[in-house]
Amino acid sequence: MSEKSEKLIDKKGVRLDGRKPDELRPIKLEVGVLSNADGSAYIEQGKNKILAAVYGPKELHPKHMALPDRMVLRCRYHMAPFSVQERKSPAPSRREIELSKVIREALEPSIFLEYYPKTGIDIFVEVLQADGSTRCASIVAASLALADAGIPMRDLVVACSAGKIDDTIILDLMDTEDKMGSADVPLALMPNLNAITLLQMDGTLTLEEFEKAVNLALEGCKKIYALQKEALKSKYVSVKEVEE
Amino acid sequence: MSAMITRVKQKQIAQLISRGKRLDGRGLTDYREIKVEQGIIEKAEGSARVLLGKTEVMVGTKIETGEPFSDTPNEGVLTVNAELVPLASPTFEAGPPDENSIELARIVDRGIRESKAIDLEKLCIEPGKKVFVVFVDVYVLNHDGNLIDASALAALAALLNTKMPNYEIEEGEVKIKSGYTPLPIRRHPITVTFAKISDKLIVDPWLEEEQVMDARISMAIDDDGNICAIQKGGSGYFEPKQVLEAANIAKEKAEEIRKKLKW
Amino acid sequence: MPIYVESRQLVTPGDLIAEGDYIAGENTYAEDKKIYASRIGIVEYEDKKVNVVALRAFYIPRVGDIVIGTVVEVGFNGWTVDINAPYQAILRASDVLSRPFKPQQDELSQFLDIGDLIVAKITAYDRAHDPQLTVGEPGLGKITRGQIIRITPTKIPRVIGRKGSMISIIKKETNCQIILGLNGVILITGKSLEDEELAIMAIRKIEEESHTSGLTDRITQMLKEEKAKREENKNE
Repeated sequence: MSEKSEKLIDKKGVRLDGRKPDELRPIKLEVGVLSNADGSAYIEQGKNKILAAVYGPKELHPKHMALPDRMVLRCRYHMAPFSVQERKSPAPSRREIELSKVIREALEPSIFLEYYPKTGIDIFVEVLQADGSTRCASIVAASLALADAGIPMRDLVVACSAGKIDDTIILDLMDTEDKMGSADVPLALMPNLNAITLLQMDGTLTLEEFEKAVNLALEGCKKIYALQKEALKSKYVSVKEVEE
Repeated sequence: MSAMITRVKQKQIAQLISRGKRLDGRGLTDYREIKVEQGIIEKAEGSARVLLGKTEVMVGTKIETGEPFSDTPNEGVLTVNAELVPLASPTFEAGPPDENSIELARIVDRGIRESKAIDLEKLCIEPGKKVFVVFVDVYVLNHDGNLIDASALAALAALLNTKMPNYEIEEGEVKIKSGYTPLPIRRHPITVTFAKISDKLIVDPWLEEEQVMDARISMAIDDDGNICAIQKGGSGYFEPKQVLEAANIAKEKAEEIRKKLKW
Repeated sequence: MPIYVESRQLVTPGDLIAEGDYIAGENTYAEDKKIYASRIGIVEYEDKKVNVVALRAFYIPRVGDIVIGTVVEVGFNGWTVDINAPYQAILRASDVLSRPFKPQQDELSQFLDIGDLIVAKITAYDRAHDPQLTVGEPGLGKITRGQIIRITPTKIPRVIGRKGSMISIIKKETNCQIILGLNGVILITGKSLEDEELAIMAIRKIEEESHTSGLTDRITQMLKEEKAKREENKNE
């Protein structure tokens, strides 16, 4: 796949966007950006621009979809037609349907579903601009939106990708690296419980390379987790400063 | 959801597994009996039927000609679809593919595609204009657990059974001649699925184990022992060390199955 | 028995607060003798109990709470009321009519229709049933005048203040009648629109600065300053 003459990483280990193999793209997080949603968050990670919103808990309609002993989580991952180079049709693609499922399954373990039976929570993720590893960035934002909505959770869920380009294991793949590289491993984690809630892979990796990639992704996750906490706290800390 | 598992049975399964045993007597990393039949549907270019315990999956392949994708003008096209037909389980409903059948199709697709099992360049007829399109249709006939491994096996068996028509280009048109060539398959990816129950990993969960499990993880392994696809599913989680443990077991089991099927 | 987070510190979901011989209180959970936060909020110790006063939470109905809700459906023998909670509440016809309900004769929408606001009390609520309401006590019933604002339900106690100190100051300075629904909905009825706006301004400020100290004094000061400004404007 990487028979191209242009390399994705040069001899000094510098990637196409100037990053080192274990470097994250610049991340910007904001919580509580939408006034109608019960909880919301916005993330920019490199060129990724993604908005997440949470509605609920609320009674589910149609009622037969509700479960008698726990909450139901619904998740919709959707890409705007203008988010990618070639216009994407607004209709949900098979990829979006699969991603909606794996993102929901990544967030579910963090929520105390048993607390509010017969209700539902809707999570909406809109990718406004995409540049690789959007499912990871989506999970980072969606978890903040859940906290913003006051949903009781065991932990925030954080996510990051690792992969392989030109024989080097790298962190946080952008689109070119995903398309032209030889492996992509998105991973989501609840850092508290050391619990991996999303793990996928496509490409080819030996068992050793896979272990390296997983460890690198876990490290990346811990760094992003600190940013998530900061983003949540910063809304309240600034007011404290006013008082002092 | 009818065919619900009772609480008593749930407990029984979980307790047995915590002691290293399974309800049907298997070891934690044992597969159920695997039966593979090929060439059962003559009208399809290739076909196979897999029985994994009582789970039954049939796959038919069809070959057509079509345009290549713009970013791979020299390669044929592979497209995988899966149907969870209503007769296979009381929980399957008729209608357009839902997230489960879409996920299943994409997992099977990933294993074949990322391992480069099919030599797609050999499917090129006229670069940029005409290529062979391979349709792989996964048809689940009975759901008794682990549709992923059964479907992946059936898909590979069907591809190994698939024949492309011979052709020649006459005045810019593709003319089908007599005779066939086997589809060029160069890798044999095997997908191994684990369920996590009572904090233990078990291979090839059957239906009731799936109803009790916390989460599942599937790994596709190629002939060299490399991992080429992974999918975690379900609303639970795995610890990093469990993921690595699964990878090691998957490598072993994939080799076992390849040997057994002589692939 | 280590404490990892001191009292009055801000925590986010998943933060480890304390370990050892502690009890998990509000908005926390325990795992292996460790107490973690389950919502974003301020840590508060009550002896061995670890609480987190949540800064972001939705309202969970409790029997005895006064709530303000909107009628969303007129049913066969009662009304469905939106009380800004995960569960909708039921107000039975027999409660409003205070006599047996006669389906042939009584047209329920004449008493309360979709869109009407009511002040009610929760009389029953458990995991199996939706919250039940009553309007059969003094001070409860249909709302006909005033303004409604919504704030995060967890901040209502702050608006009340210790022994009602905060809310009394606002009522006194603005000359408004204020009913606080524990579900985060507040009804303000004043003699003039300006008075109501002043009360709303005070409440919004409390909502934003609820986790800071010295708030009561700052609110009192703000209200006096605003009133002085208005006096000046009037005299010009």
